[in-house]
Order: sequence, then C-alpha cells, then structure tokens
Amino acid sequence: MNIIVCAKQVVDASEMKVDPSTKKPILQGAPQKISDIDKNAMEEAIKIKDKHGGKITVLTVGPSDAKERIKELLAMGADEGVLVSHPEKYDYHVISSLLAEAIKKIGQYDMVLCGEASTDMFSGQVGPRLAGLLQIPQVTYAQSVNAEKDKVTAERNMGDKAVTTESTYPVLITVTKEINEPRLPSLMQILAAANKPINEWTAESLTSGLRPMVETIEIKGVPMERKNIVYQDDIDESVGKLVDSLAKEGVLR
Amino acid sequence: MIIIYSDDKKLTLELLSKGTEIAKELDEKLTAVIIGKSDEALAKEYIAYGADNVYVAETSLESFKAEEYTSILENIVKETKSDAILIGSNKNGKELASRLAGKLNAGCVIDTTNLYLKNKKLTAERMVYSGNAIAVEQFNSKPNIATVPSKVFDPLKRDDSRKGEIIKKKIEPEKSNSKILKVQEMKTEGVNVEDAEIIVSCGRGFKNKDDIKLVDELANVLKGKTVGCSRPIAADLKWLSEDHWIGLSGHKVKPKLYIAAGISGQIQHIAGMRDSNIIVAINKDPEALIFKSADYGIVGDLYEVLPKLTHAVKEKMS
Repeated sequence: MNIIVCAKQVVDASEMKVDPSTKKPILQGAPQKISDIDKNAMEEAIKIKDKHGGKITVLTVGPSDAKERIKELLAMGADEGVLVSHPEKYDYHVISSLLAEAIKKIGQYDMVLCGEASTDMFSGQVGPRLAGLLQIPQVTYAQSVNAEKDKVTAERNMGDKAVTTESTYPVLITVTKEINEPRLPSLMQILAAANKPINEWTAESLTSGLRPMVETIEIKGVPMERKNIVYQDDIDESVGKLVDSLAKEGVLR
Repeated sequence: MIIIYSDDKKLTLELLSKGTEIAKELDEKLTAVIIGKSDEALAKEYIAYGADNVYVAETSLESFKAEEYTSILENIVKETKSDAILIGSNKNGKELASRLAGKLNAGCVIDTTNLYLKNKKLTAERMVYSGNAIAVEQFNSKPNIATVPSKVFDPLKRDDSRKGEIIKKKIEPEKSNSKILKVQEMKTEGVNVEDAEIIVSCGRGFKNKDDIKLVDELANVLKGKTVGCSRPIAADLKWLSEDHWIGLSGHKVKPKLYIAAGISGQIQHIAGMRDSNIIVAINKDPEALIFKSADYGIVGDLYEVLPKLTHAVKEKMS
C-alpha cells in the first residue's frame, strides 16, 4: 500500500500573541508546528502500513524551514519526505494544484491521507479540493478507517449523521482528531529520521503559470471588549456580587 | 447568474437573502438549486424567499455524496455560466464546495462570516487562527465559490406574490468508486445550543459525568435549560452528545448569557462562544485564559460555586 500524507506547517495558534493596540495577531516569529490533525493522518498511515506493508511519503508545500517539520513525521514512521517550495502568492487553488502535481510526480499511490482541516485556517478545503483535481473519491471526516486489500471502509462524522462509506483505491481520506492518538517518536527514531530522504521540488518545476484566484487583502484583528470583572474573595460574597451584576444586566428574568 | 445551494432548507433561505442583495448589485439573476426529487412546493417557497429561478436537478441518488453532487453542480454551473456559487456551510456543503472548486479551478472561501462587493469584486470575510483574526479574502477570477454557515444572514420576508421560473432537468451524475453503506442519525439529546438564549457550559474542570447535574440545575433555574460543553466533554470523554459541543469544530453560539464553568478557555472554545452577549467564567485557576474573555468571573472551585450560584439565582428570580 503506497500512502501519501499531506501535512502543513502552521503557526501555533495557542502560542499566538495579539498586538494590544491593533488587536491583530503577531505572525512574525510566531512558533511553527505541524498542524495537529495532520499528525492523526500520519498515525493512521502508519497503522495501515503496519497491516499491509508499503511506503509512506509525507508531502508538504511550504517554506524551507518546513523541512524540520517533515523530519518529525519521518521520525513518527514516514519513509520519505517531499517539500514543494511555497510560491510567493498562493491560495487554496495554488496549494492544491501543487499537491496534485507533486502526487502525480510521486507516481503510484493507493491512498492520500489529510487532516480534516489545518489548525490555523480551519477551512477543510485542501482535502476535497485535491480529490477533485486527482479525480478520485473523497472520504471526509473519518473517525475510523478499516483498510482492506482492495477497499477501505470509514466511519464518518457528518455532524447530525454518522455515515459509513466504502471506496476502492485510489482514494483520498480526511481524518478527524478523534481517529487516534498520534505516537511520540523515540529518541532512536528521531536520530534515524535524519537518514531518511527529503526531496525538495520547486513549484516552477512542477507546473507553471499558477496564480491565486483569491487574494487575502487584509488580516483584521477581532475586537473582544469584555468587562473582565473578576471576583476572587469569599465565594458567598463573589456569588452575591455576580448575581447582582447579572440582574442589572437584565438577564435574570 | 448567481447560484444558491444547500441540502438544508433553512440555510438556503438565509443564502437567498444575501444572494438577492449581491445579485441586485451585479444586475444578475439568482437561481436556487434543488438536487434530488422534484419538489414543487419547496421550489415555490424558494421563489417566495427571493430566488428568480429554481433549478431542480432530478436524480435517483438516495443520499448525499460529494462526488455525484459535485458533478451535478458542475454541470449546472457550466450550463448557466454562473459567476458565483453560494453553498450552505454544513459538512456536506463544505466538502461539496471544495471539490467543486478543485474541478472548476475556482477560488473558494469556506465559512464566510460576511460577504459583500468591493470594487465590484466579491469579497468574503472568515475567522482564522482559531478566532484570533479575520481574513478579508477577495476573488479575482470567476467563478467564485463561498460557503456560509447558518445564522450569518437573516432570511427575507416570505412574499408569495413573487414570480419565478422552475426549471426541471434530469442529470445523470458521473459514477464514483465510493459508496455509502450506512447513514445513521447521530446520537443526540435533542439540544439546540445555536438557538439558546442562556447556556451553561462545562469543561475539563468536572471530575465525573454525574457532576454535570450541577450545570443542569443552574441552567434550569436560569430558564435557559441549555447545557453546553467544551471539546473534551463531547469528543474525548463523550459525557455529553456532540449537539452540546461549543467551539471551533463544534457549534457556534451567541446567547444573551453564557456561563463557562470549569472551562480553561482554549481559543478553539472561545471561537465558538465569543459572540455571546454576556460571558461569565467560573474557574479555580485565577490565571485561566477564560477570564480574559469574560465580563464577569468567579475564582473558585466550581463544586462550591455552582450550587451557591444556583441557589442565589433562584432567590433573586423568585
């Protein structure tokens, strides 16, 4: 079974600082990591490889420091990495087209695994978009995956419905955070990952003339005006003050 | 032509409202799409709520599947030479819009919280970085695809005197190599947090499933009767069904009063409740992030605070 795991380097939103005057996030120098749910995709790939054998390739479109993130996934259990350089201007169209071209260059594959969405943007667009470009079935929001020799079955969380979907290969599957608990690589695995190959391809070498269809014209801050009145003395007193405040706000009716 | 599609009727009506506004500005027609069995009454309703036309794509498909539905919409978009496609942002809608965007090499913005024309170009806003910022995205090439979650726009008033054309066509979708084996209603407790006016939510600060009754009791005296929770309670511990889950990947709520008990205030949770009118936090850790997003807070053990608060509210309201 040849599996391609698409992973994205993202800003760690939980460590993100916000400029107190503009309320805009400070992106420069913010810590980077692999989007959490992509690690769940990686973990699932390892489980499938353990069962059926084969090869796992990690595919990333990103800046050159994303190489360090690919190493983390190689340590978890991927066999090989591919890093496609980030074009200067990009949107989901550009990124998924590059992923599709890279996958065609990698060649033979049975399964593409993605996280349901990245933790920075949380669009969930790349997986299904890529499946459309590759003209293969998409099995989204998988909470469990059972890969057999010629077909795969997944239990999917579609909000108000639980849907069981089956597909032949090749197929693209997006997984949710609940599907598994990603392993932590051992020191030995981390050291061994240094010897695994990471191929670096430029965007231009894969395709030319790609341009974004959507442009981000502004990142605005989100004003959060809250009173921030915190009572922290005696509990009875605090409760009394809170109830008085809520009554004044008119919500105790 | 501007196209509206959702498998959720309520969402379709909301999209029609925004769609009419944009169609008018661009001097375009607004078409609502129905996929599945022909439903004359529904088509007429869509016209009464703002559609200029309704396109009924009749198919024998029994349930939603992104591959087939994408190929149907792709046909309609090409046939009608549509400039913009607005799709309801439930899970089906998101994967449909994204696949369609891939097929058409089109720009696509998921979960837009605002949609307008700027310099005649469709412009969409969406929350990014776990609700820490808003990205303003502008389409610079057609067609434009955007998905809109429920409750972002209000539907227009129904006007049964409106006239429109109903176009019916049989469309045979492309075959796909996947099939749906089973569709099951998710286990729910019938809670609708998105419509609730008062919500009391619980998080990791609760030690046992039984202790959630403390939240129930407070919700009851507040006449909100609605209990919410953060991710761990619904997704990991499964103490409550997912219809209670408030957050980035759960439900987004905007009640008059939101009380968060034993919730640390991870930004993913804040993203789901930040539009609440008044936010109250109860947490034993004075440094908990939740206090930064709260109007009022009590630092204390929820096992002590909640019963006392329930009692005090009861007294105040009687």
